[in-house]
Amino acid sequence: MSTVSGTAPFHLDDDQREIAAMARQFADDRIAPGAVEWDEEKHLPVDVLREAAELGLGAIYCDEEFGGSGMTRLDSALIFEALGTGCPTIAAYTSIHNMATWMIDTFGDDEQRAKWIPGLASMETLGAYCLTEAGAGSDAAGLATTARLDGDHYVLNGAKQFISGAGVAGVYVIMARTGDKGPKGITAFVVEDGTEGLSFGKQEHKMGWRAQPTASVNLDDCRVPVANRLGEEGGGFRIAMAGLDGGRLNIAACSMGGAQSALEKTIQYVGEREQFGQPIGRFQSIQFSIADMATELEMARTFLWRAASALDAKDPDKTRLCAMAKRTVTDITIEVADKALQLHGGYGYLSEYGLEKIVRDLRAHQIIEGTNEVMRVIVARDIMGRV
Amino acid sequence: MTKIVVLVKEVPDAAVQKQVDSSTGRLDRSGEKTLNPFDTHAIEAALQLKESGALDVDEVVAVTVGPSSAVKALHKAVSLGADRSIHLTDDALVGSDVVGTGYALAELIKRESPDLVLAGQQSDDGQSYAVGAAVAEYLGWPGLTQVIKLDVDGQTLTCERQAEYGYDTVKVTLPAVISVGDAINEPRYPSLKAIMGAKKKPLESLSLGDAEIDASKVGEAGRKAVWTGSQEPPAKAAGELIEDEDTAETVEKIVAWLDDRKLI
Ligand SMILES: Cc1cc2nc3c(=O)[nH]c(=O)nc-3n(C[C@H](O)[C@H](O)[C@H](O)COP(=O)(O)OP(=O)(O)OC[C@H]3O[C@@H](n4cnc5c(N)ncnc54)[C@H](O)[C@@H]3O)c2cc1C
Ligand SMILES: Cc1cc2nc3c(=O)[nH]c(=O)nc-3n(C[C@H](O)[C@H](O)[C@H](O)COP(=O)(O)OP(=O)(O)OC[C@H]3O[C@@H](n4cnc5c(N)ncnc54)[C@H](O)[C@@H]3O)c2cc1C
Repeated sequence: MSTVSGTAPFHLDDDQREIAAMARQFADDRIAPGAVEWDEEKHLPVDVLREAAELGLGAIYCDEEFGGSGMTRLDSALIFEALGTGCPTIAAYTSIHNMATWMIDTFGDDEQRAKWIPGLASMETLGAYCLTEAGAGSDAAGLATTARLDGDHYVLNGAKQFISGAGVAGVYVIMARTGDKGPKGITAFVVEDGTEGLSFGKQEHKMGWRAQPTASVNLDDCRVPVANRLGEEGGGFRIAMAGLDGGRLNIAACSMGGAQSALEKTIQYVGEREQFGQPIGRFQSIQFSIADMATELEMARTFLWRAASALDAKDPDKTRLCAMAKRTVTDITIEVADKALQLHGGYGYLSEYGLEKIVRDLRAHQIIEGTNEVMRVIVARDIMGRV
Repeated sequence: MTKIVVLVKEVPDAAVQKQVDSSTGRLDRSGEKTLNPFDTHAIEAALQLKESGALDVDEVVAVTVGPSSAVKALHKAVSLGADRSIHLTDDALVGSDVVGTGYALAELIKRESPDLVLAGQQSDDGQSYAVGAAVAEYLGWPGLTQVIKLDVDGQTLTCERQAEYGYDTVKVTLPAVISVGDAINEPRYPSLKAIMGAKKKPLESLSLGDAEIDASKVGEAGRKAVWTGSQEPPAKAAGELIEDEDTAETVEKIVAWLDDRKLI
């Protein structure tokens, strides 16, 4: 296993601690109190997102030139964990927005960056990432949406499925086919809300992630200026995958936050809840459960930081490490959240306590941005080659 | 042009269990530290005066007396918006009492000659609620405590103080020392950029000698208050339970209870 120099140790510096503390404070004050209600009312609190963006959370790891905050991926992991303690769904939407924003900031030319990054950084404009289609989920490179060059426009046709932010976002980063079958025939485009031929399907009813919209994005002879093409023709799949390296870390970090808050709630609850004449936290089996939950979370967090540091250091193994981290962290954290629910007894099953919501929200993280099976495909391919 | 000095203190993080070290008679301040949360309200008040244009503020300066680790609190203060900071640190300060701390702070303030000094209402560790008053005394300026509203008219500030029952409205003319209650505002969060930029803002570190402060008036040498022992506070009397049998009667009882205590 290789490590390149520059990989961070297991100690955060003062700035990183301040960053994490600020994000946690924001989550405690502004996100956590609304989380259960937003879930019930399927409400995306755009005003709260914009407040977060004022603190630099709309373009966390983008370059400072056009309004990004210039943070590292490790910093981002700290921030998304903190936001996730307030609500994993709000944190995860913030992550998807950041991913789309980073793709434009990194692969766009200066004109494109100047046009879109300031609005995205302030979250006046929300971003969406459009890769999945009905017939192309795990096999994203098999996507069928087409983009045909016609003068100084591309004409896009097809439908994107499961798009987070569909309908509320102002900027859609859409992967479409300009060439032959396979990944090399895919190109990335920035499509603005209001473009003729762009429309949205009905909002999906979901198990979790209810505070953010999910719908299909339909493209019917949607004419997009050539100036909206991100990078070269045929470079779209590489851009989409580069976005996901960081996106997967962020999603894992959002899961860390959800599980961390479930653990914190549980520690408090078992100290207060009395059965058999004593707080249930006095039972050793419960103490051991909590010790295990805390240990598993620390393990997951340590690995998440390792993968984030690898991405910061442009370690050649970064994609594999990010996939490994996404898989393990999202698996461990949902188990911890589920144990937390169990330790709350029947109250854990009630919406009011927020535990069942965390479990429902974290369940999505084992599926999105590549299923955890696909993470194994990536890891196996990387260490075994294509056998 | 107006200059505001904000007094800030480094305190143990709220999550840290606080106890007195019986060998020294001083608070054990080990463990994670942070900026006194009450002081963030003083910083916010200064920034609001500056940003609203109520006072023509050209500089907000954060000042602390504390050990070397207190630079972190100063970084936090400038990340929240103070323009620069001053750190008085010297081994001879160890063990200063409130009066000694007030004296040292007043000497630092004289060097800056600001128009207004803002402080938090209390520290999260010592909690004597007294440093602001001690500073005002040493400066010979009016001192106001527990201020939760500030209105500016030229050089006159109309302040609302939280009193035992209700509010006092008090007018003061600058310069003055005002400690603010936490109800005065909701402090902002530092942005990522502000956190990363905090170390780039000027921080002046001074010893007693640098600041020409009399070492015999501070630290163990100058202290008049000495901790001798502590006891558990007496257990609180049980509250009064009002059974709700007849709602109209219950309401009457509650109103009478509140009225007795001049709460309504
Ligand atoms: C709430 C939500 C929000 C989403 N947001 C977005 C978004 O914003 N943008 C976007 O582009 N997409 C989004 N998605 C789509 C998501 O990324 C896909 O659902 C995911 O990639 C899986 O694709 P699929 O649903 O088509 O499942 P399929 O690919 O059909 O998978 C079905 C099952 O087969 C398994 N499987 C597939 N291939 C293999 C293999 N080679 N080996 C072993 N097992 C395999 C899978 O792991 C899974 O268990 C979202 C999904 C959800 C649920
Ligand atoms: C090296 C060193 C060691 C010290 N060790 C001790 C110690 O062991 N025990 C101890 O009690 N104190 C110590 N101090 C600090 C000082 O003595 C205390 O700040 C003082 O006792 C304050 O009382 P309080 O915390 O009750 O403040 P309060 O009166 O409750 O605070 C009210 C407000 O006054 C301001 N303020 C209070 N203290 C300071 C300060 N130090 N600097 C700037 N503004 C301030 C803040 O705005 C605060 O919100 C030390 C200082 C130094 C330099």
